[in-house]
Amino acid sequence: MAALWPLPLLLSQRLWACLALTLPEEPHDGPPSAGFDAGRVGPSVDLPGALRVFSLDYHHVQAPFEIVLWIMLASLAKLGFHWSGRVPAVVPESCVLIMVGLLVGGVVYGVRHSAPPTLSADAFFLFLLPPIVLDAGYFLPGRLFFENLGTILWYAVLGTLWNVLGIGLSLYGVCLLVPDSLGDISLLHCLLFGSLIAAVDPVAVLSVFQEMHVNEQLHILVFGESLLNDAVTVVLYKLFESFLRLPSVTGLDVLVGGLRLIVVGLGGFFVGLFFGLVAALTSRFTSRAQVIAPLFVFLYSYLSYLTSEMLHFSGIMAIVTCAVTMKQYVEANVSERSNTNIQYFLKMWSSVSETLIFVFLGVSTIQDIHMWSWPFVCSTLLLCLVWRATGVLLLTAVVNKLRRNAVTFRDQFIIAYGGLRGAICFSLVFLIDDFPKKRLFITTTIVVILFTVFVQGMTIKPLVELLDVKRKKRALPTVSEEIHSRVLDHLLSGIEDVVGYWGQHYWRDWFEQFNKRYLRRFLIGEHHQARSSILRVYQELERREQQGGEEAPPPVDPRPGGRPLLPEEMDSIRRILSRNLQNFNKKQTPAYSRHTLHQDGSAKTALHRHQSLPERHTCSRSALCPQRAQGEFSKSYRGRARLSRSHTVCSASPRRSDPPDSVDPAALNPTQPSDPEPAAEEQQSPLHRAPVERATKKQLSFVLERETHQ
Amino acid sequence: FYRTRTRTRTQIKPDSVNSVISASAAHLLRLHQRFQFLDKDSRGSLRSEDLEAALSENPIGVRIVGAFFQQETVDFPSFVRILAHFRPTEKNRTRDGVQPDPAVGRKCPSSVAFQLYDQDRDGKISRTELLQVLREMLGLQVTEEQLQSIAERAIQEADLDRDDAICFDEFRKSLEKVNIDHKLSVRFLE
Repeated sequence: MAALWPLPLLLSQRLWACLALTLPEEPHDGPPSAGFDAGRVGPSVDLPGALRVFSLDYHHVQAPFEIVLWIMLASLAKLGFHWSGRVPAVVPESCVLIMVGLLVGGVVYGVRHSAPPTLSADAFFLFLLPPIVLDAGYFLPGRLFFENLGTILWYAVLGTLWNVLGIGLSLYGVCLLVPDSLGDISLLHCLLFGSLIAAVDPVAVLSVFQEMHVNEQLHILVFGESLLNDAVTVVLYKLFESFLRLPSVTGLDVLVGGLRLIVVGLGGFFVGLFFGLVAALTSRFTSRAQVIAPLFVFLYSYLSYLTSEMLHFSGIMAIVTCAVTMKQYVEANVSERSNTNIQYFLKMWSSVSETLIFVFLGVSTIQDIHMWSWPFVCSTLLLCLVWRATGVLLLTAVVNKLRRNAVTFRDQFIIAYGGLRGAICFSLVFLIDDFPKKRLFITTTIVVILFTVFVQGMTIKPLVELLDVKRKKRALPTVSEEIHSRVLDHLLSGIEDVVGYWGQHYWRDWFEQFNKRYLRRFLIGEHHQARSSILRVYQELERREQQGGEEAPPPVDPRPGGRPLLPEEMDSIRRILSRNLQNFNKKQTPAYSRHTLHQDGSAKTALHRHQSLPERHTCSRSALCPQRAQGEFSKSYRGRARLSRSHTVCSASPRRSDPPDSVDPAALNPTQPSDPEPAAEEQQSPLHRAPVERATKKQLSFVLERETHQ
Repeated sequence: FYRTRTRTRTQIKPDSVNSVISASAAHLLRLHQRFQFLDKDSRGSLRSEDLEAALSENPIGVRIVGAFFQQETVDFPSFVRILAHFRPTEKNRTRDGVQPDPAVGRKCPSSVAFQLYDQDRDGKISRTELLQVLREMLGLQVTEEQLQSIAERAIQEADLDRDDAICFDEFRKSLEKVNIDHKLSVRFLE
């Protein structure tokens, strides 16, 4: 089976690492003997003196070597998972990774007879969590998120509070019922445990929901809740922890705790906002050093996370706010290639992080320090499910009265069932101050996490299909949809204006105006124009189609983004064109170095304001065009200027010396009509050019195809 | 179908309005206050200039006024009737249990949107009409050539019978993914 081949590889790697780990612990002998040296391991040619032809020094590279080995293990496991036939359809990736972790942990335990390295809370919170949250925040569907923000906050804040108090108090009840084994767990301990176990984990939710493709509203509700409940979790956890250290708890402390919640949430928000705006401003000036533009995105986001952790605010909120804030400005300011870089790096890092987290979850399960108690563990599991279900039901009943689209019962079920716990609970439980029953808490947390990830993670996909939950529509967004959406938006805000009602559309409009008048002017460089969403969708579609030929079958890509579906009749033409463009690219790409990129950038802006892909190559492609300046081909170019492809193939046209009356799109003033004919004839000309265009499109494709064969 | 008639302290006749739609008195009162606010000359009816002034910041404000408030003067019952098209759907139906009379009740939401585009009322959205809408919305952000290509593409996507215009059925089909029923409701008349 294809699944088996990575396993020997993994095992051999791990064994090597284990052996390497164990070796330095051997007692060092005194004088160097033949072949062994204190601190050097392995055979070496024995020569008089200290010269060695071959020696091995593991200590020197131990730390980075082991880190790389772990990352390699995780990535190979992921690779193996995707190559293993039918497994991905049944088992979510997180489950497989945990199982690999369990296996490796078991092997290490067996070899060394002591616990394998565990995931330290610091490493998790400082290094592994931020990339995932940043990736989630950067690709958050902004509009959908803000439309549902009220509901999301409702679930995140009130839902988490409900869960925490419910689980904590019920667990205390259970402890009271079984006083012999659980009698020394106080109420505060139960509440503390409740606070860390109740929170839905964004990492686990992301990894499971991504493969499910449920409708966007449901996805954003579950996912948004898992992101925003971090604030509540952080506050409650720290609150109960500090209560545990205080001699007594008064009502005032509880009130302070409530205030703290607001401070933590808003503090995280404002820290993120600040760093997001600074990042946007910085990106405005990166046109001369394009290579490091992506770095600013990462640095500022990470800085916002660290700053808010330093101030004990909610780091997740900070980083999400930062990403959401800076995204539109950075995308406008930074070149196309850098945008792609940012996206790919984000995906890569978050993917690695997530894989590592799950593998370590598996490894850390193999511990010496488990303590088991049937009533506690089972009741925790049961209570988690019950309280979440009732919480979701109650809250939705209230919030449906205020929403436009009600959350259906099926959606509610998925929201309740999709409340997965993950590595955040795990790290938090390790951070508790030591007390007699801490090991019980750790064991219970691990059991809950494994249960939710395995049982709920594996069954949620069949359940979604069984219940016929509305799925995501996979088709490409079309330009007409975008146009109609925008028209409807304007219509509705117009109606709200007429009625004098300050509804959602009013506020959205207000923000757009504010954005346009102040923020964009300040944060976006002069030569980057503001783009309407219609234009953005249109250009995105164009860019995707051009790149459709370039990108071979996409590599293992866990993030959503299936291949877009193109209309059949345009498909072949576009593919031919993009394939030919790719060949152009390959033939004529000058080699470039880091230091000369900015010169390309300035050439780009002189030529075009269209943000199309192979703009750099228009200069070089112009060499081809003058040769084609005969008869029908020149007409075809002129005709094609009306079409979507024009700005890539015919961008050469401004540089040609011949027909000056032909379309000169972007180099000039936008308000200048590029059409030499008077406006009155405009109505006829597009109409009667359409058949010409369609014919010339096919001609052009043959031209280009012939070129490639030369 | 008929709510209890309530008396308000204004000069509207409750019967004429309540016979058209079912709405609570508080909402009607608020609407009437708004009506009076918009009616700058206090003539008891709105002209299109008043409405356009209210929609001055909206890129398609003139178009909205032209499409919906077509009469020369709009008195209060007509004002309410037109705005009633934008009520949320579910509440409308479940409360009465009976579908309101389509002649006086809500129009189909797609036709509401279609009216915006199709100003000459020939039942089709031609390329020029689409271009006009695009020009109003995108304004100076794009070149003429880009506008043409966007309009071209939009028509290519939607136009199934190749007549270079979008008829009402094609329009409705292209709106399938846009959840228009839910979008086209403003929560002020409940």
